[in-house]
Amino acid sequence: MAQVELRAIKKSFGDVAVIHGVDCPIADGEFVVILGPSGCGKSTLLRIVAGLETQSSGDVVIGGKVVNTVEPKDRNIAMVFQNYALYPHMSVRENMAYGLKVRGLPKPEIEAAVARAAKILELEKLLDRRPRQLSGGQRQRVAMGRAIVRNPEVFLFDEPLSNLDAKLRVQMRIELKQLHSQLKTTSIYVTHDQVEAMTLADRLIVMNGGRAEHIGAPLDVYARPATTFVAGFIGAPAMNLVPGTLVAGGVAIDGTKLGVAHPAKTVTGADVTVGFRPETLHLDPAGPVALLVTLVGALGADTLVHGRMGGPQGPTITARLPGVVKVREGERMVLRVAPEDIHLFDRATGRRID
Amino acid sequence: MGAEAARRNWVAHAVLLLGVAIFAFPIYVALVGSTWDAATIGRGSMPLVPGPLGVENYVQAWTSGSGERVVGAPVGGMLWNSMLMALVIAFGKIGISIISAYAVVFFNFPGRMFFFWMIFVTLMLPVEVRIIPTYQVVVDMGLFDSFWGLTVPLIASATATLLFRQFFLTIPDELVEAAKIDGAGPIRFFFDVILPLSRTNIAALFVILFIYGWNQYLWPLLITKSKELETIVIGITKMIGTGDSQTDWNIIMATTIMAMLPPVLVVLFMQRWFVKGLVDSEK
Repeated sequence: MAQVELRAIKKSFGDVAVIHGVDCPIADGEFVVILGPSGCGKSTLLRIVAGLETQSSGDVVIGGKVVNTVEPKDRNIAMVFQNYALYPHMSVRENMAYGLKVRGLPKPEIEAAVARAAKILELEKLLDRRPRQLSGGQRQRVAMGRAIVRNPEVFLFDEPLSNLDAKLRVQMRIELKQLHSQLKTTSIYVTHDQVEAMTLADRLIVMNGGRAEHIGAPLDVYARPATTFVAGFIGAPAMNLVPGTLVAGGVAIDGTKLGVAHPAKTVTGADVTVGFRPETLHLDPAGPVALLVTLVGALGADTLVHGRMGGPQGPTITARLPGVVKVREGERMVLRVAPEDIHLFDRATGRRID
Repeated sequence: MGAEAARRNWVAHAVLLLGVAIFAFPIYVALVGSTWDAATIGRGSMPLVPGPLGVENYVQAWTSGSGERVVGAPVGGMLWNSMLMALVIAFGKIGISIISAYAVVFFNFPGRMFFFWMIFVTLMLPVEVRIIPTYQVVVDMGLFDSFWGLTVPLIASATATLLFRQFFLTIPDELVEAAKIDGAGPIRFFFDVILPLSRTNIAALFVILFIYGWNQYLWPLLITKSKELETIVIGITKMIGTGDSQTDWNIIMATTIMAMLPPVLVVLFMQRWFVKGLVDSEK
C-alpha cells in the first residue's frame, strides 16, 4: 500500500512530445482511472509509472520515494496487460509463482501465496492448466493472480478488459471492483471505455493529446467537465456542444435564447461553446428549443431524437427523452433545458466558464 | 465415399507408390549389393535378391574397412568421427545463433542493425567462395588436421540466426515486460522463457543441421589428413579405387548403408518431436 505521485511528467519520443506535464497525487488505496482516446498518452503514462519507459522530465514518487531510476522489479508494483502476457509454457501455478521464484522466496511461502491468490480469484481448479487451455476471462484472472501474489504496493492495469467480449467485460469489471474493495491496494487503471472508467474509478484522469484535461471524481467530471473535450468524451450519447454568443441574462444560439444559471463573468458578446446533455432536454410546448427532427432512435426505455435546432440550417443536437415518444422525421418538437444544466466553455480555449 | 472418389483415391495411391519405388530402388540395390562378393558385382551380373555374404561384408566393413584389394579405415571409427562432427556442428550452430538472435532482437546497442546485416550478408556468400581464406585462417591458428579445425569453422550460421530472429520477433513485447516486472534479468529470461518457447524450432533446426554436418564433404577433405579424423563421407570416396585398381563394391555398399543409418534415425526420432511441437503448440 502506498501513495503515488506524478510530478510534472513529460515524455517525448525524439522530437514528438506525447505527454506535456501531468501532475497528480494518488492517495493510498485509491483506484484511479486514466481515461482517454487512443494516442492520448495514457498507456505511456502508466508505463512510466511502471518503469518500462523513462520520462523525459518530472518525478514518479511511490510510497514517498522518488523512483525515477529504480528498475521496474524494484518499484514494488505489479502490472496487468491487455493481452495478459502469460508465459505460454508455464502452468497457471508456475505463472503466478514465477515472480516470487525469481525473487528467491522459500518454496512453502510461494505455495501459500499462490494458494491464497487462487482462492481469491477462484482459480484453484485451474492451477495445473496451461494458458492456452483457458478462456479469455480465465486468462485475465490468472494475470491478476500473478499481480496479487506479489502483494505489491501499486497495481497497474493497462486496458485489461479490452480483449474480452462485452458480457465478460461487465462481469470482470464487477470482480475487479470487489477485488479492490477487498485488497485496498492503490490502483492505476488505463482504459478508453468510459463506462469502465465511471464504474471503477474513485477518481478519473481524463487525458487528451498528452494533457490531463480533468482530474476529479467520476460524477464531478460528468457534472462539471473542465473542457469541451471532457464534456464530449464523458457521457453517452455525447453532450450537445453548439456555438453560441453571450447575451444579457443568457446565451444566444442561432436565434434561440437560453437562460443560464451562473451569470458568466465574461463580457456580453463573447463567443462561447454551449453544452447541454441529451438527457437534460425535456418536452415542453412553452420551451425555448425548437427541434426539426431528422432521426429517431427508439431504445425502449428511452427515445433518442436527433435533429436541427432552430431550423433546417441550425446546429445538430440530440435529445434523450424517457419512454417511447411518438415523433417522426421531418416533424417539429419543442423542448426546454433548465438553466443549471447549461455548461459554457470559452470557444477559443475550450475551457469551462463559471 | 462414392465410387468416383474411391477410384481417384486409388490413382493417387498408385502414383505415390510409384514415387516411393523409384526413390527406394537404388537403396534396395545397395542393400542387396552389400550381401554379395565383389566378383559377382564386378561381372555386372548381380541378382536382385540378397546374397549369402551379408554378415561377413558388414563385419569386415565395420572392423577393418578394407576389402580384398583396397585398404580403408574401419567404418566404426569413421562413423564415430562423423557423429561427433555432426553433433558439435548442430549444437554449436544452435547455441551460437540463438544467442546472437537474442542479442539482435531484445537488446538495444549501438550498431545493432549493422551487426544484423553483417550476419545476414554472410548468407549470400556460399561456402566455396570463402573456403580458401577460411582454410588459411584455420591453418594459421594451428588447427590443421584437428577436430576443432574440422568443426569450428562450420559452426557460424546466418540461416539459423535469421530463423531464431524471426521467431523471437513474434514474442509479444508484453511478455518481455511482464518478465521485467517479475524481476527476471536477461539471462534468467533467456533460460526460463525464450529457451522453452524455442523448443520446437530447436528440434527442427537440429535435424537440418545434423544432416548438414553429417554430409560435409569439401571442408573435411581439405582440412584433415590423418585416418583418425576421417569422416564416413570422405571414407566412402577414398574406398572407390581409381585407374586400374579394382573396387570392392560389396564393402562400399555395406559402408553406405551404415552411413545412411544415423541421419535416418535422427529424422525418425525427431519427427515425433516435430509432431508433438505442432500438436500442442505453446504459442
